[in-house]
Amino acid sequence: MGNATVTVTDGSFDEQVQLADMPVLVDFWAEWCGPCKMVAPILDEIATEKGAALRIAKLNVDDNVKTAQRFEVMSIPTMILFKDGEVLARIVGAKSKSALLAELEPHL
Amino acid sequence: MATSERSSGVGGTSGASEPREVVVLGSGPAGLTAAIYTARADLHPLVLEGEPSSTSDQPGGQLMLTTEVENFPGFVDGVMGPELMTSFRAQAVRFGAEIVTAKASRIDLSSSPIAIWTGDPEDPEPTFRTRSLIIATGARSLMLNVPGETKLLGHGLSTCATCDGFFFRGQPIAVVGGGDSAIEEAIFLAKFASSVLVIHRRKELRASKIMQDRALANPKISFLWNSVVEEVLGDTTLQGLRVRDVVTGGVSDIAVDGCFVAIGHEPNTSLFAGQLEMDETGYLATHDGTKTAVPGVFACGDVQDHVYRQAITAAGSGCMAALDVERYLEALGQG
Repeated sequence: MGNATVTVTDGSFDEQVQLADMPVLVDFWAEWCGPCKMVAPILDEIATEKGAALRIAKLNVDDNVKTAQRFEVMSIPTMILFKDGEVLARIVGAKSKSALLAELEPHL
Repeated sequence: MATSERSSGVGGTSGASEPREVVVLGSGPAGLTAAIYTARADLHPLVLEGEPSSTSDQPGGQLMLTTEVENFPGFVDGVMGPELMTSFRAQAVRFGAEIVTAKASRIDLSSSPIAIWTGDPEDPEPTFRTRSLIIATGARSLMLNVPGETKLLGHGLSTCATCDGFFFRGQPIAVVGGGDSAIEEAIFLAKFASSVLVIHRRKELRASKIMQDRALANPKISFLWNSVVEEVLGDTTLQGLRVRDVVTGGVSDIAVDGCFVAIGHEPNTSLFAGQLEMDETGYLATHDGTKTAVPGVFACGDVQDHVYRQAITAAGSGCMAALDVERYLEALGQG
């Protein structure tokens, strides 16, 4: 539960992600997903280090089925990078910090 | 393969810090048991636990993708796989094992001390040097290697039932495979899916009797025998599977919304190609306990065992490797 990340829901998704003034990486996760737990501290670190260029948002798929379905999430963790309401990148599966940064950095 | 570009020569420790007594590669039941035992023997083990992924090639190993483990002795009511591995890890840390979340990218067993790289394998200096090495890199799930698989991974095709079963609530799905892990996944997935079709290339299951009985008794689970998947169908999401009957040769398409693959494992031994003896499927050869042909290099767990492949046998062989390392280092010291 890092303070550097924000929690989004079905209700707040459009305002906090689609209309955000900076790129937002949304982590679709759930309590029962082991790989999600491993990637969570890595996302906390990235949020702290890249806070000026990137916001990291967590969306619990158990509680927010509508948004998960809207973006056709069928495997978690899935991390989707949004900017100006558009999907810039989609990362499926837990990855190391260096692998995540390699996929994100070209878009920041 | 990693021996062509050797750094400063035998025994050179410039750059890398003092050699470790023992490094453990891997953090499944074998690796962490070896870490517990070598830590308690004051050998200050360094464990390279691997990197996060959504396959079994991750810290904690194959048990991280399982649910209830019912046959690990000592847990009367069973234990969740990830919870068991978290306890193994905490126990190793308690006795002073140092754990690094990284994978070895290159190993040079011909240098002494043994040289280990993480990160860029072309770096002139290794990241670590060690007097002994315990290889517990385990095995990873085999993929189907058929058209459509890569494209639809994460879009209806999954390697992690516990991660993704939830998304197939009320939908028809398939599980490919006939061993214990396939049948365990089928039973787990039947809680969510409307139906689970187990596709198996033989006409009988390899799974243990108790798992077979449970699957056969589950009204949601049905079986397609003597069949292999030839193609994963769908454009952006999985729509079905093209299946061939290996007896008749007939090909048919099956409509499912999800497919989970559990067709067996291959050992994680590519780092040791050309350096250690392996059988034809890549499993490491051991003799006299956990010894490999290279002095000071020991192997335990699924990386050297394609017969038993249990958490308890892996843990047992991890203990053996730790005791073998102790004896080896003791003999070196007296040499």
